[in-house]
Amino acid sequence: MAHRPGFVLEVDRSTPPTLFMRGEGFSLERLPVGSRIVYPSEALPLLNDPEGAIRHALLNPVGTDPLPALLFPGMKLTIAFDDISLPLPPMRAPDVRQRVIEAVLDMAADAGVDDVHLIAALALHRRMTEAELRHALGDRVYDAFAPRGLLYNHDAEDPENLLFIGETPQGEEVEINKRAAESDLLVYVNINLVAMDGGHKSTATGLASYRSLRHHHNVKTMRHSRSFMDQRHSELHSSNWRMGEVLRKAGVKIFQIETTLNNDTFPKPFDFLQKREWEWSAKDRATFVASSRSLARTPDRIKRSIFNSIEAPHNLTGVNAGEIEAVHELTTAKVFEQQLVHVDGQSDILTMGLPYICPYNVNSVMNPILVMCLGLGYFFNLYRNKPLVREGGVLIMSHPTPWAFHPVHHPSYIDFFEQVLADTTDPIEIEKKYEKSFAEDEWYRHLYRTSYAYHGVHPFYMWYWGAHALEHLGGVIIIGGDTKAVRRLGFKPASTLRDALEMAEDVVGRDPSITHLHAPPILVAEVS
Amino acid sequence: MIAEALGGKRLLVTGSTGFLGTALVERLVHSVPGCEIVLLVRPGRRSTAEARVRREVLRNDAFDRVRARLGDGFDDEVARRITVIGGDVGTDGLGLDDAGRAALASVDIVIHSAATVAFDSPLDSAVEVNLLGPSRIAETLRAVGSTAHLVAVSTCYVAGNRRGRSPELPLRDQPFTPDVDWRAEVAAARRTRADVEADSRTPDRLARFQKGARSELGAAGVPLLSSKAERLRADWVADELVEAGRARARSLGWPDAYAYTKALGEQALLETRGEIPVTIVRPSIIESALLEPRPGWIRGFRMAEPVIISYARGLLKQFPGIPEGVVDVIPVDLVVGAVLDAAARGSEPEPTIVQVASGAVNPLKYRRLVDLVQSWFGEHPLYDTKGRPIIVPDWSFPARGKVLRQLDRASKVLDRAETVLAKLPLRGTQARWSAQLDETRTDIDRALGYVELYGAYAETEAIFQVDRLLERWSTLDDADRRDFAFDPRVIDWTHYAHHVHLPSIVEHARVRTTAAGTNREQRSTRLRRQVLSPDRHIAAFDLENTLIASNVVDSYSWLATRRLPPDDRLKFVLKTLSEAPGLLALDRRDRGDFLRHFYRRYEGAPLAQLEEDSRELLSGLILTKGFPAGWRRVREHRALGHRTVLITGALDVVVEENLRPLFDEIICARMAVAPDGTWTGELDDAPPTGEARALLMQEYAEAEGLRLEESVAYADSASDLPMLEAVGFPVAVNPETRLSAIARKRGWLVEQWAKSPGGPRPLLPIGPISRSLVRR
Repeated sequence: MAHRPGFVLEVDRSTPPTLFMRGEGFSLERLPVGSRIVYPSEALPLLNDPEGAIRHALLNPVGTDPLPALLFPGMKLTIAFDDISLPLPPMRAPDVRQRVIEAVLDMAADAGVDDVHLIAALALHRRMTEAELRHALGDRVYDAFAPRGLLYNHDAEDPENLLFIGETPQGEEVEINKRAAESDLLVYVNINLVAMDGGHKSTATGLASYRSLRHHHNVKTMRHSRSFMDQRHSELHSSNWRMGEVLRKAGVKIFQIETTLNNDTFPKPFDFLQKREWEWSAKDRATFVASSRSLARTPDRIKRSIFNSIEAPHNLTGVNAGEIEAVHELTTAKVFEQQLVHVDGQSDILTMGLPYICPYNVNSVMNPILVMCLGLGYFFNLYRNKPLVREGGVLIMSHPTPWAFHPVHHPSYIDFFEQVLADTTDPIEIEKKYEKSFAEDEWYRHLYRTSYAYHGVHPFYMWYWGAHALEHLGGVIIIGGDTKAVRRLGFKPASTLRDALEMAEDVVGRDPSITHLHAPPILVAEVS
Repeated sequence: MIAEALGGKRLLVTGSTGFLGTALVERLVHSVPGCEIVLLVRPGRRSTAEARVRREVLRNDAFDRVRARLGDGFDDEVARRITVIGGDVGTDGLGLDDAGRAALASVDIVIHSAATVAFDSPLDSAVEVNLLGPSRIAETLRAVGSTAHLVAVSTCYVAGNRRGRSPELPLRDQPFTPDVDWRAEVAAARRTRADVEADSRTPDRLARFQKGARSELGAAGVPLLSSKAERLRADWVADELVEAGRARARSLGWPDAYAYTKALGEQALLETRGEIPVTIVRPSIIESALLEPRPGWIRGFRMAEPVIISYARGLLKQFPGIPEGVVDVIPVDLVVGAVLDAAARGSEPEPTIVQVASGAVNPLKYRRLVDLVQSWFGEHPLYDTKGRPIIVPDWSFPARGKVLRQLDRASKVLDRAETVLAKLPLRGTQARWSAQLDETRTDIDRALGYVELYGAYAETEAIFQVDRLLERWSTLDDADRRDFAFDPRVIDWTHYAHHVHLPSIVEHARVRTTAAGTNREQRSTRLRRQVLSPDRHIAAFDLENTLIASNVVDSYSWLATRRLPPDDRLKFVLKTLSEAPGLLALDRRDRGDFLRHFYRRYEGAPLAQLEEDSRELLSGLILTKGFPAGWRRVREHRALGHRTVLITGALDVVVEENLRPLFDEIICARMAVAPDGTWTGELDDAPPTGEARALLMQEYAEAEGLRLEESVAYADSASDLPMLEAVGFPVAVNPETRLSAIARKRGWLVEQWAKSPGGPRPLLPIGPISRSLVRR
């Protein structure tokens, strides 16, 4: 079935109410007549023979020799792979990482390679649990490597296992996982959900230390990444590319494997969430009514576990392997083929419904800081050329924004919320005044290394992620959020979309133009 | 002429640390520049008589006007004119040393205003001070060869519960005076003390005190429990003696032990005075000053004040009394005037009695008083903790019995509720309710006390005659009338109530008089600031229920189930939980015993495996059940440079590696390892619980050169009392019922820390199965 591209709908009297995601729930809202709704394209067709496509890519890489030619007995081989933050939602087994890694391991076995390490390239994210590793790699890989200590999580705070490589001309320090750096070949297995992923960022960020990461994970870089989905205008991208150059010059040999997935996000019976509202069947409508009613009566904890159990029916749409930059060019083209939607001009108000998941709360809780990051960091930045909302415009997003944190995954977030945000929400001041103390905190380091906690500095990065939006916007309103939590974020709470639009008019004036970003599934707006 | 008559004289004053005494000394200093003053003061337990005078008399705000007038010369003036001697009117010979006796011999006038004024003082101490005090002074004066004029302050209420006129005559010359031999009463009171003391030491009673201590403190360890039990015993003895005093007084027709002992004290003095000339001054109910040293001046909380404040706070809805009865109140400065006038008049051969009261010439009816109080609080209400004004109730002048019954019922209901609550394992908010209940009950009990104590005074129908007082007043010149006023006819009761007395007692009561803010929050902020001051030395933390909502049973069950076959896991946990009530009971009796008993279960556990599993315990149990605010507090202390110490009965394998980065020192239970690398189930040392914690803290502080009084301790249960009491800044975290009540009473900082909303809430403490094991 040929997929239909994304498009912009202008709301008229006959337009049915529009779906807004609201965390672990959703609602139908009537947007004012004349508002625009940006719809994503439908899912790209899947590859019929994923295993065959993967083998083909490994045997016919771009810009390097085929993988088997790079493998030799006695060599040190390291396979690094993207962590739990990709894809979203986690995909139905078998995970694409399992498929690729099994193919790589087969070739390595054929070549007589017996020194193989597998490393989850999680940078400052939390460690993956046994169950999560088993899901991403499959039991066969896990049982073969984990018990012998050959499959493990990258540790950005382990001085013994980090190697300083050098500095970029701009003085950015490059320090990555020692085993990866000292291997004869580093194979990086990536999932490119959005255009920001992959390329040099895979290794230069995924396997780096805090010392190295702080050079591009900061307010200045994020404010100059407009957007970070657009390589041509992303300072984050440029910095990673400079670091990639340092790695290459130092002789770190990387074989990059990048995969792209279609945007098939929700399994049945939730698949109506990615359909266009006027095409809902009677059954879809019934499911919507039944599920939104029962969700309204379900305790948060249970709602969370229902949604956390969603596994996306993502399908592989492309796989490319070889030299990083050449591969990444092909990958990005494929990503944009799926995600790009052309939009004419900006509007005064941008509305969006935030889903229950973002890269940092898989099997966890979407805390208020992550709500900010998802809205102002990720969704706001889903643009090329210029943002969907004009400078000084208002962003309205719907999410329950509970004052809730996962005590194991996000301990430093709790303190960031209670201490830092209680003091200021200005990214520059936060960076200057608090970052160092959190980043170097012994307790957070201990929890990052031995428990399943995000690094102490991670909430700062989440806040910096939204720095560009904070600078650009005239106001942020959250519909249906915990009012205290929303205010702590520095935003305004509203109970309904109508109220929020009224409030926004105080900032942008009467009769504002409104655009609604109808995601997920993910789309990138090319705004002219 | 009073100032001239007293000029050049030496006056000895007893009771100068009291309400009337302080006013007397102040007036002498202020208005009689030529006199010298000797103060007989009982040395305090830790301070000399001189220190007490400096602190309790001269620093009182009564002396503000003298200080203002004299400026820097105040200290010189005081040093020149005031001599302090240590002594005690409660012992024979007044407990004087030679210097004291010499000082006594040198005085011209003695003003005896020392008394046990509390209406509920124990019988024997009221007898020693009030009954025997005046005659002891007379006796000691004779012994040093003095014939100084003795002005003894008594009370109008020596007349007892009677209706009608009560003249300024010795009691024996009045009708209806019971014929009592005061010597026999003294002997009986002393015997009662001995009997009650003996009774309090019978095994039955002692067991009851021990039980009481345990129910109040829980498993707080032997030293604390035994000292608490001893305190309970002393309190019981005092209560019994109070009751004995009240009963004896009432049986003879006096409202309480105070009036009864004062009455017999007058008789004893008149009988034994010998050559000593005596004037007895009988004031009625002394209240705040009309004019001097300043309008509204008052010292200490006396009789009507607590009743009035309880009423204004809405606690006391009724107070018994007869609406047309007279409440005989007299401002303190008028009493001072009358006493100094009596002193100035010099000795007369026959004892003279002067009454200072308002009832006969300027009566304040009970109904009028109630109206005045009600209308004032209507316009100046007090506010409750939520900042809402308290509406004062209408008064219906019920009979005493009815009020008593009402209060008694309320008290009993609360008592029962409290008993039930204390038995439930409550924490946090619920425990706070329970503590509030306790406070309400205390308030009710207090109200009950007031009604029992003072009810009689609002029902008095005696009219105290003041003929002699007025006669003396008529002889005074204008200067004396200005400086030593004592005419009760000048009091305008409306003015006195609304502009003098009520504003003054409200200010003294430190009650909420504005709607703004809540005091409690301000207080906790202030306490928190003290706790987090850079000056602190050590911050010690208990673990279970202080930093994590979990206990040793959970961690045992978590660790044990990790290696069990899937089928047995649930069974195991259910079995452990079914033993919980028994374990809980053991824990309540003695935490150390409980730990030893429970830890036997670890016998044979392989150490290496436990160490591996306990790393997962950090995420699976400690962080999941932890209080983020608690971790934050530990880190705040570290950031301030305090030493952080964890004191817990948990095992080293559970806490040592997992919590190392938070604490400078971890004091925990350690288990002996058998040669085969398994645990023996026996602890190396006594587990750090109860009083052992206080000792360990002390040892640690001494070894590190740090001070416990500058340290902070956080704990959740009364069994941690020894540790909390050992430091200068105790903090109760999510306290259970008993500790909640204790923390409120002692004004400790109370923190309510909660698990992070949004964390996983496992129903049962089951460790995730170690899959590598199952697969093998």
